[in-house]
Amino acid sequence: MIQTVDLTQYFDYVFMAMLLSVGIAVVRLRSLFAAVMLTGVYSLLSAVWFVSLDAVDVAFTEAAVGAGISTVLLLGAMLLTSRECNPVPASRHWAALAVVVVAGALLFYALGDMPVYGDPNSPANAYVGMEYMTMTVDDIAIPNVVTAVLSSYRGFDTMGEVFVVFAAGLGVALLLGLGGAAGKRED
Amino acid sequence: MTSIPILDFAVALGLAVAMAIMLARLFLGPTLYDRVLAVNSFGTKTVLFLVVFAVMVNRGDAIDIALLYALLNFIATIAILKFFRYRSLEVALSEIAIRRRDTGDDAQSDRSEPTGGA
Repeated sequence: MIQTVDLTQYFDYVFMAMLLSVGIAVVRLRSLFAAVMLTGVYSLLSAVWFVSLDAVDVAFTEAAVGAGISTVLLLGAMLLTSRECNPVPASRHWAALAVVVVAGALLFYALGDMPVYGDPNSPANAYVGMEYMTMTVDDIAIPNVVTAVLSSYRGFDTMGEVFVVFAAGLGVALLLGLGGAAGKRED
Repeated sequence: MTSIPILDFAVALGLAVAMAIMLARLFLGPTLYDRVLAVNSFGTKTVLFLVVFAVMVNRGDAIDIALLYALLNFIATIAILKFFRYRSLEVALSEIAIRRRDTGDDAQSDRSEPTGGA
């Protein structure tokens, strides 16, 4: 078990480095189309990273949203936007940089309050969390506890979320005009 | 589970290297078609890596994600190709088939670079 953790964490570093380089490339590239391609790759990479961090369910969500829809939506947005841009004055660059630095510093400051990774006394492990871990398999025989919580213990909540996502997807389908009939004039 | 099979680890490492090479092609271009191919290939590498990783750490449920990605990668590629060919996502694939059958036109617009670049 120790061996497993040791080896797979190198993959975490590799994928984090790749994510960082893709992020920088998205900012630097001037071609909109290349940037859209890179955001698709960013989503693929983050899903792989989530899997290597053992967060399979998050990777599943990322797969559904990031790889499936966002590339299509960004391509659609590209069709609507213009291809020119005005140079941004340098003063605005500095203001944006200041905001980013302050926000980043606050996040690092907050990091000090986080429990150590895998700490048995952390809030996630201390209260009812462990009971879910031990009793889920006996209760409802679903091996993945996250899946069990999402689809059974709080199933109604998840059903509401599914309705919301379905409505959003329906709206997008109407906007994009699936079937080619939307917004078509008879002439 | 005691340790990772060394063969699995080597394969996963090789796939990670392949992904890095695809990234280099994505960054450097030079044409948009190179980038589309690189993205497509990167998606395939992702699916392969997810499967190998699932086998490596003995978690079969991660293979589901690989399957999902294999399906979704296809959708993104269709959207990209439609964008190249018609500059629009509004054209339905069924209409495209009908139009092609009626007019026999094929290679009108797909030789030029898409205007998304530059």
